[in-house]
Amino acid sequence: MSEVLVQPPAEKKPLLGKKERKLLTDPLSDNNPVTIQVLGICSSLAVTTQMKPTMVMAISVTAVVALSNWVISLMRNAIPSRIRIIVQLTVVSVLVILVDQMLKAYMYDVSKQLSVFVGLIITNCIVMGRLEAYAMGNKPYPSLLDGLGNGFGYGVVILTVAFFRELFGSGKVFGFKVIPDAIYEAGYVNNGLMMIPAGALFVVACYIWIQRSFAKHLEEKE
Amino acid sequence: MSTLFLAADLISVFVRSIFIDNMIFAYFLGMCSYLAVSKNVKTALGLGVAVIFVMVITVPLNWLLLNKVLKEGSLAWISPSLAKIDLSFLAFIMFIATIASMTQLVEMLVEKLSPELYGALGIFLPLIAVNCSILGGSLFMQERDYEFAEATVFGLGSGVGWMIAIVAIAAIRMRLRYSDVPAPLKGLGITFILTGLMGIAFMSFLGITL
Repeated sequence: MSEVLVQPPAEKKPLLGKKERKLLTDPLSDNNPVTIQVLGICSSLAVTTQMKPTMVMAISVTAVVALSNWVISLMRNAIPSRIRIIVQLTVVSVLVILVDQMLKAYMYDVSKQLSVFVGLIITNCIVMGRLEAYAMGNKPYPSLLDGLGNGFGYGVVILTVAFFRELFGSGKVFGFKVIPDAIYEAGYVNNGLMMIPAGALFVVACYIWIQRSFAKHLEEKE
Repeated sequence: MSTLFLAADLISVFVRSIFIDNMIFAYFLGMCSYLAVSKNVKTALGLGVAVIFVMVITVPLNWLLLNKVLKEGSLAWISPSLAKIDLSFLAFIMFIATIASMTQLVEMLVEKLSPELYGALGIFLPLIAVNCSILGGSLFMQERDYEFAEATVFGLGSGVGWMIAIVAIAAIRMRLRYSDVPAPLKGLGITFILTGLMGIAFMSFLGITL
């Protein structure tokens, strides 16, 4: 959305140095907000039955996380720590209202489909988690990148989940039929499990399983 | 006769919100704390009670806010000239403000009135402000156009449903310590699968109509 508004820092550092790149790429795998930090599962899984609303959701969350990280980081020295949660919630809900109004104006049908889950971005733990863990103690530019990175990390997971759910659940990807009719005539049936809420949980569990089998250091020792 | 009808309606909303539209199994709301605080039954129960508590207070309060202040025409009770004002775009920020301040208030009240309960719930109360199921409850109330009594019962039912879910998963996770789960699936992965299975079990309530 309006990430373009942000000017690069004044010093003569490269726009995306090694550290900055790490901020962007780390949340994609090793420090993924959903599968590793266990944040933001709340409002994400219910929208993943189809690719299109999921895409919209991923973009909205990325915009909100990045911008709120940036705003809070700008204000971080002026926020009294006792009331920081309220300040953070206010900033986040203003951003979410903006996103919601934009969706209602330009993508009404998707906004109806997402129903309450747009509003629930406010309490999405990724947003609060990143604000608390990163934006409160870091400069605005890295905070913005951290927000973007975490938004993308979230997007990757929910888009993957949505891809499998839509493919197996209704034989489509982004609303286009990809499984040919011939296969249906041969007796193939769409998997109804993928369309019910529980299906999302199984797909995420498999995602975590696969991810952790390849990256042994992420396994939990319980 | 009409009170009987009303009572039946309320019971139906209550049962629906606990079993059929369960916050966790049907909408995944409040999953963050559900996953984080479900390692033992006692703390899970504490958090569950706190959620019910806050839910029963905030959903009716937000209903009043929505229907007496924010909705189009709802300001008419002050003066007819205000009847055209539509503030419903402010719903999100007002809801979250109510929830955040109510949790703060509840926390202070509980600390004052019952130090024992505070000892048990204390650490969980601030967490609740950012529990998706609380805000979700208010947003569903808005979307489904409940009446005041329905909204209150819905708040109670959703809270109870959430508590049942977290206590059940905590009990299962305690037993799970002695079972041989594949290493990459340990912890988070297996909890997801268990929640999915419980969700399927809860789907069997779908056929019930009241």
